[in-house]
Amino acid sequence: MAAVQETVDRVRSIEVDAYKYGFVTDIESEKAPKGLSEDTVRFISAKKGEPQWLLDWRLDAYRRWLTMETPRWARVDYPEIDFQDLYYFSAPRSSPAPKSLDEVDPELLRTYAKLGIPLVEQRILAGVERSTVAVDAVFDSVSVATTFKAELAKAGVIFSSFSEAARDHGELVRQHLGSVVPPTDNFYATLNSAVFSDGSFVYVPPGVRCPMELSTYFRINERNTGQFERTLIVADKGAYVSYLEGCTAPRRDENQLHAAVVELVAHEDAEIKYSTVQNWYPGDAQGKGGIYNFVTKRGDCRGARAKISWTQVETGSAITWKYPSCILRGDSSRGEFYSIAISNGRQQVDSGTKMIHLGKNTTSRIISKGIAAGRSQNTYRGQVSAHRLATGARNFTNCDSLLIGDACGAHTVPYIEAKNSSAVFEHEATTSKISEDQLFYCLQRGLSGEEATALIVNGFVRDVLQHLPMEFAVEAQKLIAISLEGSVG
Amino acid sequence: MLEIKNLSVEVKGKPILDGLNLAVKTGEVAAIMGPNGSGKSTLSYVVAGKPDYEVTAGEVLLDGENLLALEPEARAARGVFLAFQYPTEIPGVATMTFLKAALNAQRRAQGQADLTTPDFMRAARGAAQSLKIDFDMLKRPLNVGFSGGEKKRMEILQMALLAPRLCVLDETDSGLDIDALRIVADGVNALRDPQRSFLVITHYQRLLEYVRPDVVHVMARGRIVKSGGPELALELERNGYRDYTSEAA
Repeated sequence: MAAVQETVDRVRSIEVDAYKYGFVTDIESEKAPKGLSEDTVRFISAKKGEPQWLLDWRLDAYRRWLTMETPRWARVDYPEIDFQDLYYFSAPRSSPAPKSLDEVDPELLRTYAKLGIPLVEQRILAGVERSTVAVDAVFDSVSVATTFKAELAKAGVIFSSFSEAARDHGELVRQHLGSVVPPTDNFYATLNSAVFSDGSFVYVPPGVRCPMELSTYFRINERNTGQFERTLIVADKGAYVSYLEGCTAPRRDENQLHAAVVELVAHEDAEIKYSTVQNWYPGDAQGKGGIYNFVTKRGDCRGARAKISWTQVETGSAITWKYPSCILRGDSSRGEFYSIAISNGRQQVDSGTKMIHLGKNTTSRIISKGIAAGRSQNTYRGQVSAHRLATGARNFTNCDSLLIGDACGAHTVPYIEAKNSSAVFEHEATTSKISEDQLFYCLQRGLSGEEATALIVNGFVRDVLQHLPMEFAVEAQKLIAISLEGSVG
Repeated sequence: MLEIKNLSVEVKGKPILDGLNLAVKTGEVAAIMGPNGSGKSTLSYVVAGKPDYEVTAGEVLLDGENLLALEPEARAARGVFLAFQYPTEIPGVATMTFLKAALNAQRRAQGQADLTTPDFMRAARGAAQSLKIDFDMLKRPLNVGFSGGEKKRMEILQMALLAPRLCVLDETDSGLDIDALRIVADGVNALRDPQRSFLVITHYQRLLEYVRPDVVHVMARGRIVKSGGPELALELERNGYRDYTSEAA
């Protein structure tokens, strides 16, 4: 990236920041040659032993991408990215993919242990501990381990890396891939379609309630490597699944690109709950380094009474550009979006959601809490629309911003469009500041400035936190406190 | 316990306190009365350490320790408590959560272990009962939607829980009807202790009928201009602050 050199050349004085996942794992990796061409696409596809149709699909996307331009409408500012200055594929040398956890490089297992991600299932299976979470761990471009596959298979649930699914469940993948986010969708989604590396695939058969939480843990390790994961979750009629993704990256001086695509398909009466705790490296206090997070996430409530719910806690990344959306196609389907977006230092966030009401009596709810501290800029951008046939569509939006200090900015950009006169859309928005009086009140009672800020912020985000799965709500709460460290003077 | 010597304070360049001297003995209940604008609230804020109050001269000592050198939270941990005239609302934070966080922060600063949840609940329940506060109110966000009386009672509840050594009450009687005033006064009286001092700031004598002070200080133009026994409060009630404000110097 051009951005790479530029940031490296910037001021060298770095103060140690609070990001605790900034370590690098010393592991040999195998990379595709630097740069992007048809050959890169073929290389990736061949590495993964993909069927011909998928290679063709990628190549179409690549050719399309060549004709596209970077989107510029978001309120974010960054140097031009040189897409030829990136690696598009990086895999730990130990591949081919390990068959079981015993074959996984111990160095990788140590990395995940350090991150607090449990990949060791033996003890749990032996009944020593009880787990309610199955994990797929993605390290740079490949999935290194998926736990509890056998357990899940008993219930008929498929949970595997995307590459594996493309080989073993080709039909299911082919049927749904790109059906929510088409390869032509937008610049970064198209790029992802061409070069996506790995990610998770989930299929829950009709009437099955997935017996445990599913989780994917993404880790970018390699220098100058873009991460382009692709996640596809399909809940068949009447199925239910709750899924969580977490992300971290080492602390590096240069910027790293992360352009993921997530597609959710909820058939009739199905429900998908998708939670994200995003903690990519945000760069240091001067704005040096950090992840560019350009992500397309969309769910399709394809059948009647389907329900999709996005919950996100966004604390990381130098730049965040993401709008998890719901297409409410099925009659009486429901979309929900609960978001906490925290920015500090020089972070820039432009995030929100889209609720597209197509079916009758569709309902949606948006609760967004943006918190800006330091010199960061935090924008909520949301679209709610009702199409002509969406009789009885209803939306409720509540979007609150909290400012900490006076060098940051919060912006709200809602787009509301109703083509059916029976639609009822409500929009509430507030912007407030942690007041000196609130802080002093807390200090007077013995709390430190940081404790006080964390307490006030936790109060502010409470409506959203309660929508996270229990195990992660606690983690998220801690994360919020960490990301705001140093935000009070 | 509290010694204030020659204290001068400015707010945004404007002098508010001007060479104030005051001593409060351990176990003493001292009332400070004075007309509006005499600097009573400023005094309470300076003792508690509110930012933006610039001390240009003088000292504030708590048991000989220089309070002015300490951050507000460190003063709190030393036992300084301010019952605010206008308690702040903190949306989304359950009163109980706030109380527990504050109590444990102070305990940690004093080298004690955190209180367990059952122990905390027991203490909070007891304090609520004595102040006739419905326990369910502690589940509501701190001060949000509370009536004036409820807010003041909640301040006294916090005082009871945190068990400070120096309690500063800033116009706690303002905005209270007679029943609420009684409850608050009973709460304060229950906390009277030979080891605990009170600085009761008030505009009216009314509160002092219920919380009987050991000494009364009259404050005007940023300093203590007269001190005496409880009878001084009655005299002020009769004559007003005329004698102290009209001094055309």
